[in-house]
Amino acid sequence: MEYKPIRKVVSGNYAAAYAVKHARVEVVAAYPITPQTSIIEKIAEFIANDEIENIQYVPVESEHSAMAASIGASATGARAFTATSAQGLALMHEMLHWAAGARLPIVMVDVNRAMAPPWSVWDDQTDSLSQRDTGWMQFYAENNQEVYDGVLMAFKIAETVNLPAMVIESAFILSHTYDVVEMIPQELVDEFLPPRKPLYTLTDFDNPISVGALGTPNDYYEFRYKLAKAMEEAKKVIHEVGKEFGERFGRDYSQMIELYKTDDADFVFMGMGSLMGTVKQAVDVLREEGYKVGAAKVRWFRPFPSEELYELAKDVQAIAVLDRNFSFGQEGILFNEAKGALYNTDAKPLMKNYIVGLGGRDFTVNDVRKIAENMKAIIDKGELDVEVDWYHLKR
Amino acid sequence: MNTLFGEKKEGATKIVLKSVDEYPEAPVSLGTTLSNFTGDWRTFIPVIDDDKCVKCYICWKFCPEPAIFIREDGYVGVDYDYCKGCGICANECPTKAITMEKEEK
Ligand code: SF4
Ligand code: SF4
Repeated sequence: MEYKPIRKVVSGNYAAAYAVKHARVEVVAAYPITPQTSIIEKIAEFIANDEIENIQYVPVESEHSAMAASIGASATGARAFTATSAQGLALMHEMLHWAAGARLPIVMVDVNRAMAPPWSVWDDQTDSLSQRDTGWMQFYAENNQEVYDGVLMAFKIAETVNLPAMVIESAFILSHTYDVVEMIPQELVDEFLPPRKPLYTLTDFDNPISVGALGTPNDYYEFRYKLAKAMEEAKKVIHEVGKEFGERFGRDYSQMIELYKTDDADFVFMGMGSLMGTVKQAVDVLREEGYKVGAAKVRWFRPFPSEELYELAKDVQAIAVLDRNFSFGQEGILFNEAKGALYNTDAKPLMKNYIVGLGGRDFTVNDVRKIAENMKAIIDKGELDVEVDWYHLKR
Repeated sequence: MNTLFGEKKEGATKIVLKSVDEYPEAPVSLGTTLSNFTGDWRTFIPVIDDDKCVKCYICWKFCPEPAIFIREDGYVGVDYDYCKGCGICANECPTKAITMEKEEK
């Protein structure tokens, strides 16, 4: 069958719901939370209108239960999905470890939203990055198209390495903003994403099992090593699945870091998610103004693309890391990870951390220009002014 | 009898896994621990009276280990390497076919 995309104008949340439909998800257990709500409302609508067959929707009483139900469903061999935001994701925290430890390939959309207080419903990456060490893979979408593509790829990658995956989109900037999304005809999604083949199932009654059994000090360590290996393996699988996606549907995701005009760049802006759309636009403007700049969009934060970062870092003079998140007592989380990944290499670009856009603070092309001016001054001087710059602060 | 991973040996109280490659990908096991035989923990032992058993398999469903298995004749048996003597089966059996008796060791 020839690939002819179906173009729809949808919000980021509806893009996620369509991907869930096309992925033939069998169980959705979810609890509504702003700004994630319209994902599960749309899925519920699909079910009510008989637009999806063979799916169970479980309306649970909290996010902890949403993840617990997803774990149960996934342990029976079903393809399971859920979605959440901020405080809801935090409430799931315990169960997130559970899903990854039991090696269940659940896919979840997290709509990035700032953690309270102050109470906020706007975009900020600290909620998802707080879940860094749970064993979940993390994909950051730049736009609605990447939300749709990300969910489909996440299922395939997750089910290959038996690890859960989060697809992360920005609150309101993507979740409630409408854009053209190219969707894939069902038959072609089915070819790309065949039914799941689980490692074990709770419903094999001839071979009853306990899932997540007690591991004494004699066994626990080996399972953690296996989980760590699966994350390493995931890098290869992400590359292959991303390449296959490109060959089939024309959008290549083989690189964990998408490079934009970095080839001859003196310095690059690095960041994740929707803010990188603004950055790419700014790079075009800045190039016309004579700056040799590029953008490096980190698509997958877990597993962390250390090797790709090294390839980038050895050829540039400086990297401006834009963090829409913060780890209190230290610095921006991506900045921290990127510096750590390069420490034992011979790539030593100047690296500066800009804390931007927290709690939905607007981040514009003009902001990128100001950062570029500052970066240029740093490079000319050959040293940093400050390492961590609270860029928007009212002074 | 094969467990999910490793070999169950006569008289042993745990399955010994010598290298990381012998471990399964996911932490699943036959009982509630990955390598210990929970039968070692038992003080009381379930004794099943086939005459009272109506083959409803409620005990099979409820046993947390799962140590209850269905015998070829359709009645239930207990894998004593995994039965930890919790008594849930006896509590749940609708015909009181299972009694918990103090085990002599
Ligand atoms: S006492 Fe009964 S329920 Fe408990 S472990 Fe033994 S067989 Fe299973
Ligand atoms: S619960 Fe009692 S009656 Fe039912 S199968 Fe078990 S022993 Fe037999």
